[in-house]
Amino acid sequence: MNDTAQIYDQGEYNFAYLDEQTKRMIRRAILKGIAIPGYQVPFASREMPMPYGWGTGGVQVTAAVLGKDDCLKMIDQGSDDTTNAVSLRGFFEKTAGVRTTYETSEATVIQTRHRIPEKTLTEDQILVFQVPIPEPLRFLEPRETETRKMHALEDYGLMHVKLYEDIAKNGHIATTYAYPVKVNDRYVMDPSPTPKFDNPKIDEMAALQLYGAGREKRIYAIPPYTKVKSLDFEDYPFEVQKFDKPCALCGAENVYLDEVILDDRGGRMFVCSDSDHCEERRAQGHTGPMAANPAAAQITEKNQRETTR
Amino acid sequence: MYVAVKGGETAIRNAHKLLAKRRRGDTSVPALTLEQIAEQLSHSVARVMGEGSLYDETLAALAIKQARGDLIEAAFLMRAYRTTLPRFGYSQPVDTARMLVERRISATYKDLPGGQVLGPTFDYSYRLLDFTLAAESDGAELPVETAEMRDEAMPRVTDLLGDEGLMEPDPITDVDAPVGDLTREPLAFPADRDLRLQNLARGDEGFLLALAYSTQRGYGRTHPFAGEIRYGEVEVEFFAEELGFAVTLGTIKVTECQMVNQFKGSSKAAPTFTRGYGLVFGQVERKAMSMAMVDRSMRWQELGEEQSAPAQDIEFVLSHSDNIQATGFVEHLKLPHYVDFQAELDLVRRMRAEWFEKRDQNPDEDAAAQEAAE
Amino acid sequence: MNTIQSDEPLLQVHNVTRYYGDRVGCLDVSFDLWPGEVLAIVGESGSGKTTLLNCLSTRLAPTAGAIEYRMRDGAMRNLYQLTEAERRLLMRTDWGFVHQNAADGLRMNVSAGANVGERLMAVGQRHYGNIRSTADDWLGRVEIESDRIDDDPRSFSGGMRQRLQIARNLVTHPRLVFMDEPTGGLDVSVQARLLDLLRRLVSDLGLSVVIVTHDLAVARLLSHRIMVMRQGYVIEAGLTDQVLDDPREPYSQLLVSSILQV
Repeated sequence: MNDTAQIYDQGEYNFAYLDEQTKRMIRRAILKGIAIPGYQVPFASREMPMPYGWGTGGVQVTAAVLGKDDCLKMIDQGSDDTTNAVSLRGFFEKTAGVRTTYETSEATVIQTRHRIPEKTLTEDQILVFQVPIPEPLRFLEPRETETRKMHALEDYGLMHVKLYEDIAKNGHIATTYAYPVKVNDRYVMDPSPTPKFDNPKIDEMAALQLYGAGREKRIYAIPPYTKVKSLDFEDYPFEVQKFDKPCALCGAENVYLDEVILDDRGGRMFVCSDSDHCEERRAQGHTGPMAANPAAAQITEKNQRETTR
Repeated sequence: MYVAVKGGETAIRNAHKLLAKRRRGDTSVPALTLEQIAEQLSHSVARVMGEGSLYDETLAALAIKQARGDLIEAAFLMRAYRTTLPRFGYSQPVDTARMLVERRISATYKDLPGGQVLGPTFDYSYRLLDFTLAAESDGAELPVETAEMRDEAMPRVTDLLGDEGLMEPDPITDVDAPVGDLTREPLAFPADRDLRLQNLARGDEGFLLALAYSTQRGYGRTHPFAGEIRYGEVEVEFFAEELGFAVTLGTIKVTECQMVNQFKGSSKAAPTFTRGYGLVFGQVERKAMSMAMVDRSMRWQELGEEQSAPAQDIEFVLSHSDNIQATGFVEHLKLPHYVDFQAELDLVRRMRAEWFEKRDQNPDEDAAAQEAAE
Repeated sequence: MNTIQSDEPLLQVHNVTRYYGDRVGCLDVSFDLWPGEVLAIVGESGSGKTTLLNCLSTRLAPTAGAIEYRMRDGAMRNLYQLTEAERRLLMRTDWGFVHQNAADGLRMNVSAGANVGERLMAVGQRHYGNIRSTADDWLGRVEIESDRIDDDPRSFSGGMRQRLQIARNLVTHPRLVFMDEPTGGLDVSVQARLLDLLRRLVSDLGLSVVIVTHDLAVARLLSHRIMVMRQGYVIEAGLTDQVLDDPREPYSQLLVSSILQV
């Protein structure tokens, strides 16, 4: 990016776009969120130069916690090179001039949408989630006045009614993403639309987790090493998705896979959704069953071109 | 190939270049000037200023130009700019009784002090395409005849009614009581009228129009009369602490609508008409009227009415009126969702497999289940 | 079943008054309700009986007066001084409320099993199999076939919906159930079956019930005591048989004479 840091250096905007007063307001909300894990703190979300629903909550949280020495990783769907990840990373390159990276281990702040990196995060990292609908009870009870009361009174029976119905009608719990969790034995929380595959990573995570919902004007947080339990029944315990094949490119098992359609004759392969994880493994010499396939090779090549731009 | 979504920076940069080209269109056609937009598309400019919550005709014209005439996108550009501006404080309330009026009509009185002033309006025009505009030449001054303005004060109709005790008094509020600011504090429910009016003032014209219309068709009737609609210039004043008095910052054009609605009374208070209020930037009468009607509908509780209709539902109306929020969330469905979709895909495949397995094991069960249900 | 000695009232109502603006809802109502007792509140529409029921069940705050309830720990508590959390817990464990229109008391878009199981889950039960078998048991007790457990109440007849609503309320073994015209709007034969079921459940479970009805036959069949309301006041109260066989007030006499004796 040749215009990196230009806007910031030109002094048109404050560091990381938001003015300091706004950042302080957001930090207060974040601190309150950390103090009450899983509780949705209302905050005066600002209009951002990207649309509501496109990560304005995550961007505001990131802007509020980012320092000049931070190294930022921006992912969407697990990947650094999806369109909106590119766009949001470019925003911070322009307005904050901070170092950015694709490597999970190198980043100090990771903003994500819909995934948690496969690599275990550390105490030195902050994971910022973009949240569309922060209220886990919203589709059971549309009224904010009522859902706030339900949280205050820990009145979560309705949530289990939904899970009961899933089992009664489908034989198992049919929620696959945005799978509700109970944080620190108190608040029921929406972990944002990450697949439930990632729910176990939230539990006792070493990194600080911050969740920002811009349009809905809510921030919530999970401090490091906090108990997070996915809701379930004793006789129908929570289970994550399992893939019956490893990543076609790097051979990784027990990772979340994207299905890539290769042709219109049913040809498809499953590859790591976490593109950095996949590349690192391939660099280490791991190969999957389709690594030599021409169509797969094209993807690999494309990814590398983007990575080493 | 699926890699299309992983197009990355180059694709985005190229897409935006193409957008710029398409926005400009055929370069043999002269580029629009901001003056042209501000002067000749004043309704668009007013709407963008109102829904963008920023009164600046030149910036609104720029936003419209940049947005290729997409008014919601233009309002969004205004909002995003507005939020970066430093704030010095809050202006004094504008006094619409002192408005320099260009248009003022009342549907409730044939004549009244100050008179009816039709002003610039589409009302009573024949909606026939005017083909002479297609070949309009520049520079020709259009002759206009206007009646001499009557040299008398133009009191608001609601004040006239109020003097007779026929209009509910404006709710008594302490002038020093803090007024909410929904751009600085997250909206919480139940929301008071100050916040409701702020929300409506920047709300989507189409949304408010539809809600107002629904009340007329019986979804929470309020029996409105257009007591008065006035449009013109008002002064904006700012109280300067260091000076100790208010200074005029400039003038803005606004449309004010005061609806006079069904009366209310009880054994303790005599029957009076009730108010609905609308105020918007520029001449946007449709929105000012809709706002006044929806404002009145949302006052059901304070006026002891039943809640039965969408326009009365404060949380519903206020949560969905903002078109910047609405368009962002609707359009975010264009973002990649393939991680979630993969999760659903996996589940649907599994559930289908279970379904077929079950069916193949018990081919007769369907029929039996059918019978049992009956 | 009840651990509380029956020489102590379960519910004590002191001078409950409710105005709607200037209009009277109910005026100066006082009574005690005893464990295992069924009290019918009768009167024509507009007499204040539903207002009173809503005040008693904390759905509508009275303008004046006090209502005390004996909690499971034996302590008398003023209902309107309970915290919201205490009140909700009370309403979903120790109380029931049976609406005239079953749709008001059911979740119409979730299965019968979930409707009955909801209270169990609300108080922390987390074993699907146990919740389901308890729900199944209760469906049986209200005469709903086991194989309807996964059906939505939308597919149920009026009488079935009402029985489902009753099961949903009774699953936590409440001590006090409020009923608002529970047989209203049902066919006569369906009413008879429902009344029969209610009578049996009330006596088996030793429930205390406050039932509002305009139907004196319902009052006669279910209640031990009766209060006649008119224009917001309780004009006559006493043992059901006494009041119905020998009404003192002219208005009560009119009410009684206007129905066939059962």
